[in-house]
Amino acid sequence: MNNALLEVRNLSVDFHTARGTVHAVKNVSWSVNRGETLAILGESGSGKSVSASAVMNILDMPPAHIVSGEIFYDGQDLLKVSYETHRALNGKKIAMIFQDPLSHLNPVYTVGWQIVEMMTAHGRPADMARARALELIKRVGIPDPEAALHKYPHQFSGGQRQRLMIAMALMLKPDILIADEPTTALDVTIQADVLALLKELQAETGMGLVLITHDLGVVAEIADRVVVMSKGEIVEAGTPRDVYHNAQHPYTRQLIGAAPGKGEIKLLDSAEPVLLETKKLCKTYGEFTALKDVSLVLHRGQCLAVVGESGSGKSTLARSILRLEKADSGEALWKGKDLLAMNARDLLGMRREIQMVFQDPTQSLNPRMSVYQLISEGWDIHKLMPDKAARQTRVAELLAQVGLAPEHAARYPHQFSGGQRQRIAIARALALEPELIICDEAVSALDVSIQAQVIALLDDLRKRLGISFLFIAHDLGVVRDFADTVIVMKAGEIVERGPTRQIFEAPQHAYTQRLLAANLDPDPEIQAQRRLAGATP
Amino acid sequence: MTKLIGQRVIASLLSLLGLMILVFFLSRLTGDPAVLFLPIDATEEMKSQFRTLHGLDLPLFEQFGRYVWDLAHLDFGESLRKARPAIDIVLEAYAWTLPLAGITMGLVVVAAVILGSLAAFNVGGFFDRLVSIVSLIGASAPDFWIAIVAIVLFSINLGWLPTSGVGTPWHWILPVSVLFIRPFGLIVQVVRGSMLSALSAAYVKTARAKGVKNLPLIFVHTLRNAMLPVITVIGDQAAALLNGAVIVETIFGFPGIGKLMIDSILQRDFNVVLAAIMVTAIAIFIMNVLIDLAYGLLDPRIRH
Amino acid sequence: MTDQSLSKTPAIAEPRSTSMLSMLWRDKLAFCSAVVLLLIVLCALLGPALLGDLATSQNLRGRNSPPFDLARGWAFFLGGDSLGRPMLARLIVAARSTMMVAAGAVVAALAVGALLGLVAGYMGKTTSQVIMRLADVIMSFPSLLIAVVVLYVLGPSIPNMILVLAITRIPIYLRTTRAEVLEVRERMFVQAAVVMGASHWRIIARHILPVVAPTLVTIATLDFAFVMLAESSLSFLGIGIQPPDITWGLMVSQGRPYLTTAWWLALWPGVCIVITTLALNLLSNWMRIALDPAQRWRLEARSTKDE
Repeated sequence: MNNALLEVRNLSVDFHTARGTVHAVKNVSWSVNRGETLAILGESGSGKSVSASAVMNILDMPPAHIVSGEIFYDGQDLLKVSYETHRALNGKKIAMIFQDPLSHLNPVYTVGWQIVEMMTAHGRPADMARARALELIKRVGIPDPEAALHKYPHQFSGGQRQRLMIAMALMLKPDILIADEPTTALDVTIQADVLALLKELQAETGMGLVLITHDLGVVAEIADRVVVMSKGEIVEAGTPRDVYHNAQHPYTRQLIGAAPGKGEIKLLDSAEPVLLETKKLCKTYGEFTALKDVSLVLHRGQCLAVVGESGSGKSTLARSILRLEKADSGEALWKGKDLLAMNARDLLGMRREIQMVFQDPTQSLNPRMSVYQLISEGWDIHKLMPDKAARQTRVAELLAQVGLAPEHAARYPHQFSGGQRQRIAIARALALEPELIICDEAVSALDVSIQAQVIALLDDLRKRLGISFLFIAHDLGVVRDFADTVIVMKAGEIVERGPTRQIFEAPQHAYTQRLLAANLDPDPEIQAQRRLAGATP
Repeated sequence: MTKLIGQRVIASLLSLLGLMILVFFLSRLTGDPAVLFLPIDATEEMKSQFRTLHGLDLPLFEQFGRYVWDLAHLDFGESLRKARPAIDIVLEAYAWTLPLAGITMGLVVVAAVILGSLAAFNVGGFFDRLVSIVSLIGASAPDFWIAIVAIVLFSINLGWLPTSGVGTPWHWILPVSVLFIRPFGLIVQVVRGSMLSALSAAYVKTARAKGVKNLPLIFVHTLRNAMLPVITVIGDQAAALLNGAVIVETIFGFPGIGKLMIDSILQRDFNVVLAAIMVTAIAIFIMNVLIDLAYGLLDPRIRH
Repeated sequence: MTDQSLSKTPAIAEPRSTSMLSMLWRDKLAFCSAVVLLLIVLCALLGPALLGDLATSQNLRGRNSPPFDLARGWAFFLGGDSLGRPMLARLIVAARSTMMVAAGAVVAALAVGALLGLVAGYMGKTTSQVIMRLADVIMSFPSLLIAVVVLYVLGPSIPNMILVLAITRIPIYLRTTRAEVLEVRERMFVQAAVVMGASHWRIIARHILPVVAPTLVTIATLDFAFVMLAESSLSFLGIGIQPPDITWGLMVSQGRPYLTTAWWLALWPGVCIVITTLALNLLSNWMRIALDPAQRWRLEARSTKDE
């Protein structure tokens, strides 16, 4: 037996659901030592969080059921100790932070109260806890710590909330911190800050860090060792460098291959005529400026990407062009005609020529309509294809085009996986033979491997059907692979624009540079080089 | 928060105004007010005298002005039956109904919160089923029927409790019990559902990962969040309690506002009816503001 | 191109399409409730035509005759009332007015409330505000008190009862519909339909109503019980349905003076009310699950477990 601080051995957990028993994790073993960072990498449904939840005793049982295994901490098996013993360890020796800090903080208590409770729950006096809370809130970089103690979770930004969660977790100087997707919902620049903070704090306290993530870049940036999970099993383990360069398991190889940002950069062909042009689009919501003088040009057959962090106005831009929001001023010319001032008839025509693919296909497909109804709804609206047999043939063709089978037409959206649903949404957009498809974060909600497939599908459609794309995204890697022109937005304004190669290889604006620097590369060596480069100047 | 309360006050005042207009038109335009206001056997002479006295021969606008003016001074005229100011009679009746409603609602809230929470912890278990059945029956039972069956059972056959009146604390047991059933059945369901969703909330997971003990986990972390939707229902049910009060007070001879309204209507004492409506509307308005304050107190997201 | 996601994560096996009827059969309580309600509706439809004369014919020798005695014929199985009329026949005949008032009020309130709710949810702010304030006026006052006052002024009759009960229930449907419309119209699939060029009418009919309707039907079922209780209460108080019309509530009231001597006069109509409202409550609980696609699996799962 080695002397790992925390060791999970041959853990198997089942979930008993109405649809039958699911083996959430099978024979999973990992360990972490003081001062070490272990990353558990996996896509959704891989069971990557289950073993950590078992460590914390926060699995909901039922439906979960621990079949076999041991979890050793400090010489005792956590699966055998009493509830009270385990409770006393939680927070004090092993602490945990979560993905979505807004829902993981209690909305009706002040953050000060919640942070202090971490110590009072373990019998420490309140005044001591308060002093420690103040110290930590200052340490994690929250401005005005004294006032922050009396504020509520909703009064902070997403990044600040995660810092507060971290402060709370460190109150009792735990031996181990488990972080479950701690930066997933955050913008890249904030993700970089939070990861840096975690690393600093680890160096200061010498705690072991278990980081659960789906992001190869995060692994490359922070992990000492990594285990890769797929379908409840560990398929690969080793140092990030080894795993990245010498992956043995096909799943790992596929995952690494799917990581965006590695393909060849496309070249712009601007000889084609202008399809869409906006001139000085403006939109404000009360005090908040969503769009300020946004002007862009999109040529036929081109893919124009709009990149920005949350609140940059990139989605408002798409929604304004489609008249889902009313722009305050400016023009949006569709083939030379201002579509913001179109009459109802022209508007209906435009609605056929421009289609949209939304972020979350679960929500953008009406759950009560079959795939056939979903795809053919556009024909009903625009009174096309009256012949039912022709429709059925065409639906089958479209499904084949997006990589689904004709017999899927009779099914309903909930019977498909996330990636398949997005394919249905794309088939629906194609049904009207559009000239432009606006993708609003169309692949952000998907797992990396699915993401790569959907991007490949879109790229294929672009080549074969000559469709133009306005591609809105926050993920620079995806944009690099797919777009030929890029616009970078910040706080409602365009800060930089240019061909993809120029933006990625020679960014001019400081914000673009920061954005690129914060974007984590899946290759641990590149990340290490960047860290060195970042540390010297 | 002050803005919220301000909006509520304005909305409620509008509601009050709407109610005043409604009552005015109902009483003036649906027929001869003299017929409404006077006893059925009133002579033609009495009627015309009544019309001049109350300005019913004046133009409609002037009538409405006088009506609003009187209401603003809480002057509803005299009770035709008791020859006393209508408002006094109504306020006396409220002095009985308020404790009846207050005691009942207090018991309902305590019982519903405790039993509903326990059912939520034990979801699918025996206790949960029991609470479901009890609440279902509570929501299905006609209160007037329960009341008379209870009288037959406990007062007449067993002789344990008095049938009607208000003399002793014993007199309160049956009215409170019957009044209790309906709001309890509804609120316990809401508490259970709300508690169930609060227990599966993410912050409960955080608290467990922090090593918070079970009791504070349930009663500090969860209950306060679960109470938010419950507060709204408690407010609605407190107002709806007056529906039950009409029935219960009539059957048990309890001299509260519900019995007063029914008696006044059967005796065609319209001034008292009018006063009762207005005082009730004001009482409900005050309660709504209190509910909003409680909501703001519990949920900082509303306060800011 | 090939689709790896298909082979990797096969679509969830298609559940046997479970019809509403078989889902109802899975939940035995709800099934019984539906049968009971069907029986009551049949009584209400056919009863008066078949038993109208029997229910009104007085038989002085049968005055307050006790129940469970078949000597006077099946109609007297539940006893006779104070004028010697058979209770069973009267109960069946009374089902009609009881059901008519409740159904009339619920249908009227549902239609008006849902329409106003759609308008309030779909139109601009001003229209919505006016409609909501009107609903607030009605909501701010206990419904029974409104009914009492209005019936006092208008006079008690079946149409007036339906009118006043419908008015007091409109806000329930209005608020629910508006809240759901506001929520649903922000959903992505509605936005997707807008982007495709769908008309307002199409969005309401194809995308919003199918989501809102199940909620409304569920509420209406529950509300039917509530309205029935309200009607019974009003009739019991003497300001609702007036003789010679009869409803169960009125029968309880008529039996009240004889509580000590002939308990069955007040008991049976009360039992009828309890059974009906209980059945409506149970059916509404079942609907809440059966009509919600996110929860329907509970009933479907039960079906596979049973077999």
